[in-house]
Amino acid sequence: MQANTYSLEEIRNDFPVLNRRVRDDKKLVYLDNAATTQKPNQVIDAITDYYQNHNSNIHRAVHALAEESTEAFEVTRDKIAKFLNIQNREEIVFVKGTTEAINLVAYSWGRDNVQKGDIVVTTEYEHHSNIVPWQLLTQETGAELKYIDIDDDGELILEQLDEYLSTGKVKLVAISHVSNVLGTITDIHNVIKKCKNVGAKVLVDGAQAVPHMKVDIASLGCDFYAFSAHKMLGPTGVGVLWARKELLENMRPFQGGGDMIREVHKHETTWNDLPYKFEAGTPNVADVICFAAAIDYLTKIGMDNVRSHETELTKYALEKMSKVKGLTIYGPKDPQKASGVISFNFNDVHPHDVATIIDKNGVAIRSGHHCAQVLMEKLNVAATNRASFYIYTTKEEVDTLIDSLEQVAEVFKL
Amino acid sequence: MSGDPIYTEMIIEYSRNPSNYGKIEDAHITRHDSNPLCGDSIDLYLNIDDKKISDVKFDGKGCAICMACSSVLTEMIKGKSLEDVKKFEKDELLSELGLEHLIKTSPVRIKCALLSLKALKYGIYSYFAEKMNDVESAGNLKEEAANLY
Ligand SMILES: Cc1ncc(COP(=O)(O)O)c(C=O)c1O
Repeated sequence: MQANTYSLEEIRNDFPVLNRRVRDDKKLVYLDNAATTQKPNQVIDAITDYYQNHNSNIHRAVHALAEESTEAFEVTRDKIAKFLNIQNREEIVFVKGTTEAINLVAYSWGRDNVQKGDIVVTTEYEHHSNIVPWQLLTQETGAELKYIDIDDDGELILEQLDEYLSTGKVKLVAISHVSNVLGTITDIHNVIKKCKNVGAKVLVDGAQAVPHMKVDIASLGCDFYAFSAHKMLGPTGVGVLWARKELLENMRPFQGGGDMIREVHKHETTWNDLPYKFEAGTPNVADVICFAAAIDYLTKIGMDNVRSHETELTKYALEKMSKVKGLTIYGPKDPQKASGVISFNFNDVHPHDVATIIDKNGVAIRSGHHCAQVLMEKLNVAATNRASFYIYTTKEEVDTLIDSLEQVAEVFKL
Repeated sequence: MSGDPIYTEMIIEYSRNPSNYGKIEDAHITRHDSNPLCGDSIDLYLNIDDKKISDVKFDGKGCAICMACSSVLTEMIKGKSLEDVKKFEKDELLSELGLEHLIKTSPVRIKCALLSLKALKYGIYSYFAEKMNDVESAGNLKEEAANLY
């Protein structure tokens, strides 16, 4: 699709930070996009514009600024609905990130729907935010937490899911759409189909999917979907929980306070309509509003173009990296099966040392366990290096990364 | 990359061949510690006889800085009296490896450098406070350990 309209140069010009020089006057090579992406001028300007011209609390006052802010806040909700093909806008709940979205479900849905003897299923490649809330829930309720293992290619062994589902005890499958360490794209349609067949609910952690590919929630058919704005050009402190209306209606509130109520009396309260029942207190008004600029930006580029740009880069990087002596790559080697994330180790050099040495060249990668210690245990490593790409990443930047590894070899006399 | 302020010959050498690496079975004190963000994770083993560190070893996984600093720390304290070890300061360790600059330049990597010292301070604290029931001798070791970085 219109790949020729993808102008890398134009895109890069929208991101002031990409012109930064770091360390010894080295050009910044930002390859830590799975942690958070950079922001284009359009998003930065939207924040400034909000505070300069509109700042006000929302949903309460009748003055002009309050009306403008409330409308802009709700416009973001509509844009998200369109972006992800969500039919009911009231199913979109603003939270502070993926982590809060998952915790909301674990509390408000989990506490009333998961009991002793039930099973919650997650996977070996989850971020801690999709493991720990379920540990807390299952420990509290006496339910059991089961894991779908990964195979040598970093893909889920879905036969295990079949096995768990066949017990008839599975209440929820909490699974990421894309792994933040391996980049593996989960066969999510298949997972959801299997779960639907036996009536198990599915929560999808889409933190690494929504920023990188077209996601169509209506066609997915899952029950809960979570993602964060800051990983898709938007500001920090904003995330979304999407959930089916009939589930949200029956869930208890997560937090009590302003905005989430209809009427409060001394000893009883009735809840506000969806989604406000789950948006207690003054929300992150400014950042929700400027998140719309990020969605506009991605919409303009087109998610299919985002995906094909990343696939091409990943293919290029995997080909080059597979020729580097002493480099171990974890996860899928087929760029069609992965998002733009490459985890690796270089000889026996600790990832922290690799990251420190290449940082001198301005190359920013992540080293550590990436909030996925269960996966690190599985891979039998303490940590990995992770390079992750986005819409503005160039092949030259991939080259700089690979060339920098030579310096690591030099320092460690490999 | 000659003259690298962190990855000196000495650090690379220690990271390849750490000293006092291994485990002491039934050690008098064993202290585990880790840096959750970077994945350095070590166990420090100490034997104490006659108020002296009669033996010390460490094992675990860590970056070159962590391995080098743990090696040098164990070399420096072996045979020393507990009184001396209690007073051991981070500067002594860092200057031995030329890493004093990390305090200013790398708040992240300083944690790698001082992990073993933190384990040591906690270890000696628990020796006095828990094993010997001598809270007075344990002094502020616990606070010192907690405030090391
Ligand atoms: C797969 C995945 N899930 C969840 C999260 C947590 O997102 P946040 O920190 O924005 O809540 C992340 C971010 O690191 C992630 O990559």
